[in-house]
Amino acid sequence: MLPGCATAAELRSYAVTGDAIPQSLTGMAGDAARGRALVVERSSTCILCHNGPFPEQKFQGDLAPDLSGSGSRWSEGQLRLRLVDASRLNAETIMPSYYRVDGLTRVGTLWRGKPILSAEQIEDIVAYLASLRE
Amino acid sequence: MRFLGAIATALLVVGAVGAAEIPLAERRSGYSFMKPDTKTMQDDDTANPGMLWVLNGETLWNRKTSAADKACADCHGNARASMKGVAARYPAFDKATGRPIDLEQRINSCRTNHQQATPLPFESRELLSLTAFVARQSQGAPIETGADPQLAPFVAKGRELYMQRQGQLNLGCANCHDDNWDKRLAGAAITQGHPTGYPLYRLEWQSLGSLQRRLRACITGIRAQAHDYGAPELVELELYLMSRARGMAMEAPAVRP
Ligand code: HEC
Ligand code: HEC
Repeated sequence: MLPGCATAAELRSYAVTGDAIPQSLTGMAGDAARGRALVVERSSTCILCHNGPFPEQKFQGDLAPDLSGSGSRWSEGQLRLRLVDASRLNAETIMPSYYRVDGLTRVGTLWRGKPILSAEQIEDIVAYLASLRE
Repeated sequence: MRFLGAIATALLVVGAVGAAEIPLAERRSGYSFMKPDTKTMQDDDTANPGMLWVLNGETLWNRKTSAADKACADCHGNARASMKGVAARYPAFDKATGRPIDLEQRINSCRTNHQQATPLPFESRELLSLTAFVARQSQGAPIETGADPQLAPFVAKGRELYMQRQGQLNLGCANCHDDNWDKRLAGAAITQGHPTGYPLYRLEWQSLGSLQRRLRACITGIRAQAHDYGAPELVELELYLMSRARGMAMEAPAVRP
């Protein structure tokens, strides 16, 4: 399924099955250690809203579910869709779509036409979240 | 803070309150989310850094300027009397342009039209000082902005902008300030976004700043294109926020983390 035509070239295509994207966006498995580093990095925005098993992080949000145990609640494919485009599952969600460039309004020039995260970054984060079993 | 007068005023305008607004009894200033030491800094004039701008503003108020050789005081006299309650009614309808203007723009229109001076740049020390000095004369007064029926279409525009999702993060103001104001964003309390204290001293800025500066920061925060200073959209947002805070007490110059 291709999001937006004009910019589709910049995003890799992916197929949604049920509430999941079963295939890796890059065709490869992500790196969980890099994924953890990304999740706690401010520019990824995750812990603005979420908290989780990051005892070294003083500033975490509480607008969203605790990420602990994500991997026991969701499959990799389900996590992937929640990162790529959570609004497909809940149109009202405040969770941003991390791999989407269409259907947005007044995006700042610095960010225009780019997804929040790259396909590689999504895969790293998916690998990390899937490793959170409790 | 003085709430009794505030409640009475709010009851008068209750007919105009929109559906999604926070009920008056639950409306809270950003002040109430702060730690005790930051509250003390705001409350104590000798500790409140915003008072430096207020004092500078008083000097500018009395200083003759430019071609017309007139000071603000030459037309308006003693600000303690003439400016009392004024900031609590801004943004206000400007007959000349047929649009709302905020307090900074009002001060600049006096400069150009009555003092024949050049307008002061947004966020300049002079403009912030004059605005802080004028706003200070409303400290404790209930916000009355939006009562003028000519403003209605602009309040509606501001509300639309407030509700609209935008930017790469695809969030609207209401997502944080109406729906999640009791929560924390990366450890920072999200408040209800009531503009009761502007211009205010933000510890993070190490300076006084205007409401437009705050709005541009929130807009950039959601990775949307910030409107230029003075843009109609920013003034409409200011207008909506002030009318949404009707009945709350003015605090300028406030302090925020
Ligand atoms: C602006 C707030 C916000 C941001 C930023 C955000 N999320 Fe979320 N997230 C939510 C909310 C709210 C939910 C709850 C489900 C919903 O609203 O659809 C959620 C749900 C989730 C879930 C499912 C949780 C569960 O167990 O049900 C995962 C996993 C997740 N987010 C991961 C992330 C990651 C990783 C990032 C950063 C790359 C991120 N989120 C950024 C708000 C956010
Ligand atoms: C992702 C969350 C988020 C969004 C979306 C957001 N803000 Fe904010 N806003 C904050 C945070 C955090 C602060 C700083 C703490 C506080 O004062 O609430 C803040 C501060 C403010 C303040 C200052 C309140 C005070 O007491 O000084 C105003 C006014 C405001 N925002 C208005 C807006 C408007 C208007 C929009 C939309 C254009 C908006 N915000 C979008 C999170 C957000």
